[in-house]
Amino acid sequence: MSTTEDLYAGTSETSEGRVFTVTGQDWDQIAEGLAEEVEERIVVNMGPQHPSTHGVLRLILEIEGETVSEARCGIGYLHTGIEKNMEYRSWVQGVTFCTRMDYLSPLFNEATYVFGVERLLDIEDDVPEKAQVMRVLLMELNRISSHLVAIATGGMEIGALTVMTIGFRERELVLDLFELITGLRMNHAFIRPGGVAQDLPPGALDEIRGFVALMKKRLPEYAALCNANPIFKARLEGVGHLDLEGCLALGLTGPVLRSTGYPWDLRKSEPYSGYETYDFEVQTWDTADAYGRFRIRLNEMWESLKLIEQAADRLAGLEGAPVMVDDKKIAWPSQLAIGSDGMGNSLDHIRHIMGESMEALIHHFKLVTEGFRVPAGQAYVPVESPRGELGAHVVSDGGTRPFRAHFRDPSFTNLQATSVMSEGGMIADVIVAIASIDPVMGGVDR
Amino acid sequence: MSDEKAPDQAAVDQSPENAPATTDPEVHAVGVRSGMFGVKGSGDTSGYGGLVQPVVLPGAAQRPFDGWHEEVASALDVALAAGGVEHAVESVVIHRREITFHIRREDLPAVAQVLRDDPRLRFEFCAGVNGVHYPADTGRELHAVYHLLSMTHNRRIRVEVTAPDSDPHIPSIVTVYPTVDWHERETYDMFGLIFDGHPALTRILMPDDWPGHPQRKDYPLGGIPVEYKGGSVPPPDQRRSYN
Repeated sequence: MSTTEDLYAGTSETSEGRVFTVTGQDWDQIAEGLAEEVEERIVVNMGPQHPSTHGVLRLILEIEGETVSEARCGIGYLHTGIEKNMEYRSWVQGVTFCTRMDYLSPLFNEATYVFGVERLLDIEDDVPEKAQVMRVLLMELNRISSHLVAIATGGMEIGALTVMTIGFRERELVLDLFELITGLRMNHAFIRPGGVAQDLPPGALDEIRGFVALMKKRLPEYAALCNANPIFKARLEGVGHLDLEGCLALGLTGPVLRSTGYPWDLRKSEPYSGYETYDFEVQTWDTADAYGRFRIRLNEMWESLKLIEQAADRLAGLEGAPVMVDDKKIAWPSQLAIGSDGMGNSLDHIRHIMGESMEALIHHFKLVTEGFRVPAGQAYVPVESPRGELGAHVVSDGGTRPFRAHFRDPSFTNLQATSVMSEGGMIADVIVAIASIDPVMGGVDR
Repeated sequence: MSDEKAPDQAAVDQSPENAPATTDPEVHAVGVRSGMFGVKGSGDTSGYGGLVQPVVLPGAAQRPFDGWHEEVASALDVALAAGGVEHAVESVVIHRREITFHIRREDLPAVAQVLRDDPRLRFEFCAGVNGVHYPADTGRELHAVYHLLSMTHNRRIRVEVTAPDSDPHIPSIVTVYPTVDWHERETYDMFGLIFDGHPALTRILMPDDWPGHPQRKDYPLGGIPVEYKGGSVPPPDQRRSYN
């Protein structure tokens, strides 16, 4: 039975006691209403629209006083059928779809899908070196921007608003770099089967080096603001505890797994894109709690800066090198260029196919509309995304479209730990525990 | 497919471009592709419209396998035999250096237990389960694919189980790998595969009262035509398709 009128939700029937519809500034009514009853146990629906739940996550909490006795997640509010849609587009177009799943780490979504397609095409060793270095560069920049959002929103949720503002300030610098290199701040569709969409623009390396230099000044600010801050530590230490056994049973990876002290990182254990040739360390912590995960993210940003510097040095020696496979039956025929109205097909290429070569026109038309065929089979090439093991299970039936593309998203799997991390704790710690998992609902629901 | 019927050629040679156009009994055909340019009923006189090609997946590999693949396969055989489980492995496919064990569905929990616990296998980590719907693979339409990782030995394998559309039941392995809880729910939600023994097999992404299972091949994509400057673009599943 409903006690308050809600203009938007209407009334609902329940067999389980009284229902309160909370719309804000009405806590007095609830306190009064509860005072009439002796029952302490309340079931609270937190979300799906709640600033502290990282998008549209719904939490169903059973609380006794301030203690959470049961916590369950309701997901699916952001399900967009991306995997189904990919079955109706060509293999190259698939990149445009999957980049939108986990919107904080778009380049990792693209990378794992493209690695799977390249394995089925058997061209993994033919991808040019410059494309691989650019992939590493972009993925590490993306790791920084993703970790910055994790720290920023995590800070905001416990009331540390400055952490949020400085986190988004630095993330904007990464997005500016993305815009310079890929043309877009998010949803890049830049990593393509066989390489990357286009070469580095002039001046990009200087911008990247400038960014690294600036970040080396700015990252210590986070440490100074948070690392030894008594309020910050009081909110994070010992919260969201999950040990190694728990992590493995529930399939948790990424910073949560590394916060138990286990140095598991796919960049080291199953290197891709030449990660084995870079110098970096896997960051771990030994507290298995939210504070440890925060420190790991902070340290991983330093490691990413090291990787970006090394990638930039290599790119300086690769000027003019190809960024797409030689195989013209796979490589995208068109080159992009900046025109007066933004980025688009290069006018030289248009002139070539429209005015000079009929064969080039046919080739362009066939590859762009029909696409290439991928030999039948299935592949799974996971990458270490900012949140853990992200893998695309790519299935081909030998056609020009994916027969099935499924993404094993770390947010989806890691979110299962919500119950075990927050039951028995305080309701305020639920928010900290979930923030330490850093789920992105676009990736959870796909 | 059983091991003794497997052809002599290596699995990588059985990709469709090398496979004969006829449906070889050794190669696993899961469908037929006809025509070439996505044109139907247009009076195409090129002759390509009459083309019929089988859709074949990589066939079973021959023992002994290469490198650690053989170690895992024989360790699994020994461990299963010790546990009294026989004929659990229907076939083994090695394609692009990835190994896939096709397991009889009733033996899945026993195989998963062995894969996780045997010291020579130690696949401690399950990346989850994913469904694939092959409508033309008669009697084995629904596939459930598990990706396992051994952190001890740094090896990855794939385990594949099938169920017919008429009896979409597969035993749950939540008791062995608790992480597949949500993954099995998602596979049920998207494919209608029922995981027997799952503690609470409910929909997870779609609403509870949603009709049908969206990722099945017989479930339409949906969509409406888009009008633009007098022209009309049909929804993606009604556009010309080149498969």
